[in-house]
Amino acid sequence: MKYADEFRDKLIAQGLARAIRAEADPKKAYRFMEFCGGHTHAISRYGLEDMLPGNVRMIHGPGCPVCVLPAGRIDMAIRLAERPEIILCVYGDLMRVPGSQGASLLRAKARGADVRMVYSTIDAIRIAEENPGREVVFFAIGFETTTPPTAVMIRLAEKKQLSNFSVFCNHVLTPPAMQNILESPDIRNIGRIEIDGFVGPAHVSTIIGTEPYEFFAEEFGKPVVIAGFEPLDMMQAILMLVRQVNEARHEVENQYSRAVTREGNIRAKEEVSDIFELRDQFEWRGLGLVPYSGLKLKRAYAKYDAEVRFAMDELRVDDNPACECGAILRGVKKPVDCKLFGTVCTPETPMGSCMVSSEGACAAHWTYGRFRDHQHRRAS
Amino acid sequence: MRAYQRKLDIKNGCVDLSHGSGGRAMSQLISGLFHEAFGNEWLARGNDQSAFDVRAGRMVMTTDGYVVSPLFFPGGNIGSLAVHGTVNDIAMAGARPLYLSASFIIEEGFRFSDLKMIADSMGEAARTAGVYIITGDTKVVERGKADGLFISTAGVGVVPEGLDLSAEKARVGDRVLVSGSLGDHGVAIMSKRQNLAFETEIVSDSASLHDLVARMVEAGGAGIRVMRDPTRGGLAATLNEIAQQSGLGFRLQEEAIPLKPAVAAACELLGLDPLYVANEGKLVAIVAPEAVEAVLAAMKAHPLGRDAAAVGEAIPDDHHFVQMVTGFGGGRIVDWLSGEQLPRIC
Repeated sequence: MKYADEFRDKLIAQGLARAIRAEADPKKAYRFMEFCGGHTHAISRYGLEDMLPGNVRMIHGPGCPVCVLPAGRIDMAIRLAERPEIILCVYGDLMRVPGSQGASLLRAKARGADVRMVYSTIDAIRIAEENPGREVVFFAIGFETTTPPTAVMIRLAEKKQLSNFSVFCNHVLTPPAMQNILESPDIRNIGRIEIDGFVGPAHVSTIIGTEPYEFFAEEFGKPVVIAGFEPLDMMQAILMLVRQVNEARHEVENQYSRAVTREGNIRAKEEVSDIFELRDQFEWRGLGLVPYSGLKLKRAYAKYDAEVRFAMDELRVDDNPACECGAILRGVKKPVDCKLFGTVCTPETPMGSCMVSSEGACAAHWTYGRFRDHQHRRAS
Repeated sequence: MRAYQRKLDIKNGCVDLSHGSGGRAMSQLISGLFHEAFGNEWLARGNDQSAFDVRAGRMVMTTDGYVVSPLFFPGGNIGSLAVHGTVNDIAMAGARPLYLSASFIIEEGFRFSDLKMIADSMGEAARTAGVYIITGDTKVVERGKADGLFISTAGVGVVPEGLDLSAEKARVGDRVLVSGSLGDHGVAIMSKRQNLAFETEIVSDSASLHDLVARMVEAGGAGIRVMRDPTRGGLAATLNEIAQQSGLGFRLQEEAIPLKPAVAAACELLGLDPLYVANEGKLVAIVAPEAVEAVLAAMKAHPLGRDAAAVGEAIPDDHHFVQMVTGFGGGRIVDWLSGEQLPRIC
């Protein structure tokens, strides 16, 4: 497959693996957090951990928008979908995300709610046009990458003068979440674990550019390497991080220069800032309330804001107290350290955010990496 | 005295509730459309069941329901799929399929022309496979109670003497063979979904595999431990099943797994893993090492096994994991599918 196989080349990978082994100081520990679920997926799917020396460890961050969506927001969506006039359009991977008490959109659908799986925002617009007598709500979710398409969709609805279309906005922002992880007491005060560097987002950075990470790298003294989602991108980014740590640098470097610039996509950023504004705070599953980390529609677009249009009550549900997602997302614990992992919490019956989507840290470990636990146990 | 009855208007007509009511309209639909398509001596006798002779030996029986959406897809339709699927379930026992039944649940308003096209391709698939559809049933339900058409087929076949394929016969060191490229059916179906339509040259691999199986059995005999057709859940689900049932693990080599570039590209685009995508004309065989060469040669000599390949081996593993050495050089689990990758593909 052209333009994909080139970034999955085994020989180049082996070369990079040799370089990482040669340059990583055996007396040092290198703990790098990959923020994005896409990176977690690449690590797991291609078996990257097998190619890294033991003192280079990857910590899976909170960068899967489906995983970090809190149960309360799912409950709100279910309540909305149960209204007979509503057609709720969602991306497929949201269907099984657990709300409170085992509820999910999939179950709501089975009980008669009109929940429809869509593959793009355009599908939702089409459904609204085809059902003028119903209210069509698009469940908008995602980081900075998926926000511009939602903005474009609202513009399109405006142009088509659709009066039965609105958006349940759950868009969140990457930099505040990265900051929240480093500012949490676990990391800062207790100092149980250090994060020595970040693999920065791929697709998110195509929109926001590398600039927003500069303050972060400076303020926290941590290197950031923006990397693509292909396995060779990851290997190269890890090598770049090892070098920064060795040279005591903490800069923003761009491995993904084929798609990411310092400024990002200016047009997309303008569209987003025309239509959306910051929420004071937004709840993340596993992280709790994170200040200025979510977006909502500006007042001028209130008629497209489902929360306003249908006077939706804000719902909050506490995470399962035994769930260690918060600590796992911050890299303080590993999936196997959680009592629920693989017992009551599996991809079929996810309890916490990390098990929800295949990009979550626990689901990725369960699906792709679990066999290593047994090998390790046998070896020790 | 024969009552005057207007001919079925195949071109413009459609099924209504009277076609399932047991009256004249139903009888006309059955004789005018289904008998015509399936044409055989058993159906022609018009009984509620069909009698056939059996010889001494072991027989297999299987049943399957078909709810694929869309009903027509590149490389086939629900009718041909309903024959191939049941023939293959029989064939995976190493058996020769003989007779099928077919039951139709039709939504009112379904066009005769579509029904005829589907019945005709069932008839053709059966003739190609050398099996007969010898009994059937027709029900019509109200609009909205079935998505156009559902088909159930059952089938019986005979097992060659001395052959007893079963998962628990797999041993450490046995090889995993696949009969060709994976994921064609699932991707062909996805490419025609209303909300996803994309251009691809991929057609479903839907086909009857019993002839390929017969050649393999000739070549490998008892060296073939077990065979499965990797339909829903793909190669991943099939190998996990066999691993559970045999108490072994498997190690696959990603680079050895045959995959069409267009399927790989479509999976990339849709975020699917081709190992989990359905096939309707492929088989997986677990074969003893000493029989691998002969079985693989027999497969490659058959049009439906031209791209056959050895893709892995059985290993001892108390946890019955299916592992894979990735093309990139790392290792991973190929776990059971969780949730649903693609709904209603067969």
